[in-house]
Amino acid sequence: MITCSEAVRELWEYLDATVDQADREAVEEHLSRCRRCCGELEFAVELRRLLLGTSREDIPADVLRRLNETLGELG
Amino acid sequence: MAKRNKIGVRNRLCGVVGVQVTQADQREDFRRLVRAELPRLYAIARSLVGADAEDAVQDCMVKAFECLDQLRDPAAAAAWLRSILVNCCRDRGRARARQPVAVDFEEVEDFSLYRKIAYEDPFPYSDSLHLDFLQGFGPEDVRAVLLRLPEIYRVALVLVYMHGFLAKEAAAILRVPLGTVLARLHRGRKLFEKQMWDYAEENGLLKEGVR
Repeated sequence: MITCSEAVRELWEYLDATVDQADREAVEEHLSRCRRCCGELEFAVELRRLLLGTSREDIPADVLRRLNETLGELG
Repeated sequence: MAKRNKIGVRNRLCGVVGVQVTQADQREDFRRLVRAELPRLYAIARSLVGADAEDAVQDCMVKAFECLDQLRDPAAAAAWLRSILVNCCRDRGRARARQPVAVDFEEVEDFSLYRKIAYEDPFPYSDSLHLDFLQGFGPEDVRAVLLRLPEIYRVALVLVYMHGFLAKEAAAILRVPLGTVLARLHRGRKLFEKQMWDYAEENGLLKEGVR
């Protein structure tokens, strides 16, 4: 059995599916009996959602125009 | 000789062998590729260098055009462009680097933003304390927090958690081993959480009804 500190250390890797089978099972076993670490997991999911949402930004029309002008001038 | 090389690249770009193409055709292929990638390139640059994004993409286009001969695999053209962009962003980031955040890794290793929020309880009347904390952060705030991180951690976080690259793809872009990227992600996440709390404190995001 792993401690809360050990489980929290593995949570993002767990969500990334980059932990090995033994670690995955250890995290899941811990989550099954630790409400606080389930909260940590839900928070990690929301934090990742926040990061992903920040990446969605349209390129401004004037920036796109200038970049296309540069592209057209290459060569 | 250089012209022959570039024509050869165009053949590879198009996946056509044995068809004579002109340098003008080859340049048009390049422009088509870049045009299609511009929104993604710009979004990545915004995450990495903020207001310098347009300049970084300009750098990338020029550099990619100059080293078109290095493109070996047409299927990897988009990844090749992104790799050049990341390096251009890193160059710009280094040139404009502010005083790096003093990093105490021992302090952040066991830092948990979730527990910090619960312990400090900045919104005592909230039923959704942790979500309220996150909702205080707009896109500009998130970018500002990322810009506080040492570059090697910021780049890894941005590529994987903002732009959806797999860790092994980020390793290829950064030309480092996969284990190095995984270690940077681990440490970067901790630093990011710590800096989110510090940023929230410094920018008045810990008051009820900020957003």
